[in-house]
Amino acid sequence: MEQFNVYAARLVTKKEYFTPGHRACQGCAEALAVRMVAKALGKNVVVASATGCMEIVSSPLPFTNWAVPWIHVAFENAAAVASGAEAGTKALVRKGKLPDKGTVFLGMGGDGATTDIGLQALSGAWERGHDFVYVCYDNEAYMNTGIQRSSSTPFGASTTTSPAGKVTPGQVTWKKNMAAIAIAHNIPYVATACSSYPLDLIQKVKKAASIKGPAYVHVLSVCPTGWRLPTEKAIWIGRLAVETGVFPLYEYENGKYRMTYDVPELRPVIDYLKPQGRFRHLTPELIQSIQERVTEEYNKLKAKTAL
Amino acid sequence: MGERVGIEVSLAAAEAVKMANVDVIAAYPITPQTHIVEHLSELVADGELDAEFIPVESEHSAMSVCCGSSAVGARTFTCTSSQGLALMNEIVFIAASLRLPIVMILANRSMSGPLSIWNDHTDVMSIRDCGWIQVFTENGQEVFDHVMFAFRVAESASVSLPIIINLDGFVLTHVIEPIEFWDDETVKKYLPDFKPVNQLHPDNPVTMGAFGLPSIFTEAKKAQNEALIQAKPEILKAWKEMGDLVGRHYQPVETYHAEGSETVFLTMGSFGETVSVAVDELRNQGKSVGQIKLRLWRPFPFDEFREAVRGIKRIIVLDRAVSFGGPGGPVASEIRSVLYQEENMPTITNFLCGFAGRDVTAQDYIAMYEQAEQMAQGRVRQEDYIIYGVRE
Repeated sequence: MEQFNVYAARLVTKKEYFTPGHRACQGCAEALAVRMVAKALGKNVVVASATGCMEIVSSPLPFTNWAVPWIHVAFENAAAVASGAEAGTKALVRKGKLPDKGTVFLGMGGDGATTDIGLQALSGAWERGHDFVYVCYDNEAYMNTGIQRSSSTPFGASTTTSPAGKVTPGQVTWKKNMAAIAIAHNIPYVATACSSYPLDLIQKVKKAASIKGPAYVHVLSVCPTGWRLPTEKAIWIGRLAVETGVFPLYEYENGKYRMTYDVPELRPVIDYLKPQGRFRHLTPELIQSIQERVTEEYNKLKAKTAL
Repeated sequence: MGERVGIEVSLAAAEAVKMANVDVIAAYPITPQTHIVEHLSELVADGELDAEFIPVESEHSAMSVCCGSSAVGARTFTCTSSQGLALMNEIVFIAASLRLPIVMILANRSMSGPLSIWNDHTDVMSIRDCGWIQVFTENGQEVFDHVMFAFRVAESASVSLPIIINLDGFVLTHVIEPIEFWDDETVKKYLPDFKPVNQLHPDNPVTMGAFGLPSIFTEAKKAQNEALIQAKPEILKAWKEMGDLVGRHYQPVETYHAEGSETVFLTMGSFGETVSVAVDELRNQGKSVGQIKLRLWRPFPFDEFREAVRGIKRIIVLDRAVSFGGPGGPVASEIRSVLYQEENMPTITNFLCGFAGRDVTAQDYIAMYEQAEQMAQGRVRQEDYIIYGVRE
């Protein structure tokens, strides 16, 4: 895997479709993920973006960082807008009003736009079976509005609406498993990815685009600002999320699970939690319960990949 | 010219959408809009209409899908009522600012609560300032004609704005009327193919829906307002050409015995025909009464309206929505505002009536007229507004 990375990196296009000059924070691994996804899809794509960090940083009127067709309508409807673009193009091609270019339709949003407010629109688009890719850039809170908790915020994380207080230890619920929700929709392709593994991410997005029907890629996108982390540690902490089993990289294709980065032995979760300011307040007992949960979930997933 | 058929207005509306060769329909069922979308899905299922029918999971997604499909250059239609409109509200405003020429039929129904499925105008008045072109229809024929009109105006390059066709729920949607269909030849002549001004296509990438900093937001809103105002010449042209083609002549403001009358009723939508009956009756009694119908609600036809009311002493404005705790009905407050600077401003008497399908008969309008007369003669106090027909 590591050797493969060394050689394959040269094969990634140097062309930028999410161009430099955007206004994301220093060290934003979400912007990096968007850039890699844009590279993976190339120019034959129509992008529907939800409101959020990536929309705000890339489209201050009259500027744009998008070298591909891109639309933003609202917060909770990127999947519906993408499905409309897909259906409209399909009708126009069928009626001979547009040539068939095999354009890819991409819906994208953050974890709030995907796992919370946009979940219904996304579920509807999956159920209707539109031929589109949806990428969730999960930075585990509403970062754009100032680090408020979402259903994708991990247990124990201190955010501005789940602050670590004298009575409650930050977020008191476990992170919503969005990939599992996608899989439950019986869509043909679901994958998890992280911009700390850019080639794996690119490969998965390419595969998602090549598959007929809905495909979903859930990308852990490190947010140094919201995670209370030095900006230069973004890539490193993403790798730790994978190596500790907190965020396993896997794909689900036509009913089969496959670990795409199989960690021989998981590192303890404390390695991942310790460097992040949002987990600073956690007691050894809480860290222990997180460790137990991570091990349990990881083993459940491993069992599925063995089937 | 086309054939004259007895058909339910909803089905005729769907047939008109089919004849307009729509590409995408996205809709969620809500009474009393259902028959329109049911028939459209039948037409698609039977292969009579080559379109994508997207049975979305909510009205919010209906309007969102419409934004996506219209943005790629597909002719796009949706249809809703009441709560459905309220749920899609957020995206209705955005569709206008994105300049997407979506056509929507709004089968007017009261807003909850209490829950009611019946007709009034509380739904459309909630989105008065959404930036869409808004027209009202009075009967099935007008609905059919205005489907063609809507696609033509919305999609014309100089307009590129969405349009709402208002038709009253049940009293129009669910009645069978004789309606003259257009033949294909006429449709072809009247309605050109949709050639979008901007389109999401990889050959020519554009960014739609960028965000506006305070330094540019005011300019963007001014431009949007100008666009809606500047749609009027195209609206007038589309009505003129329709008149030439099918012989039915529509105007932003239409009148019935208004000229030279002392008092006029102001109506919008299906109440117009009943009011005309009351006007006939009152004129038979020797009263100086006429009627003004507002067909074009946005952009508001200021010139035509001021012209129509010239010399009139009293306007009885019929409102079918309440502005709670406000100055009466939304239509009356606009009319007062439109006429405020005029010399010899007529007195406005505002009756709020016909909520949630409550029948208002010709006799009721005659009673309203008499009440207005008493106010004019100073025998009862001139009220800002009267909620008519309340059972004591």
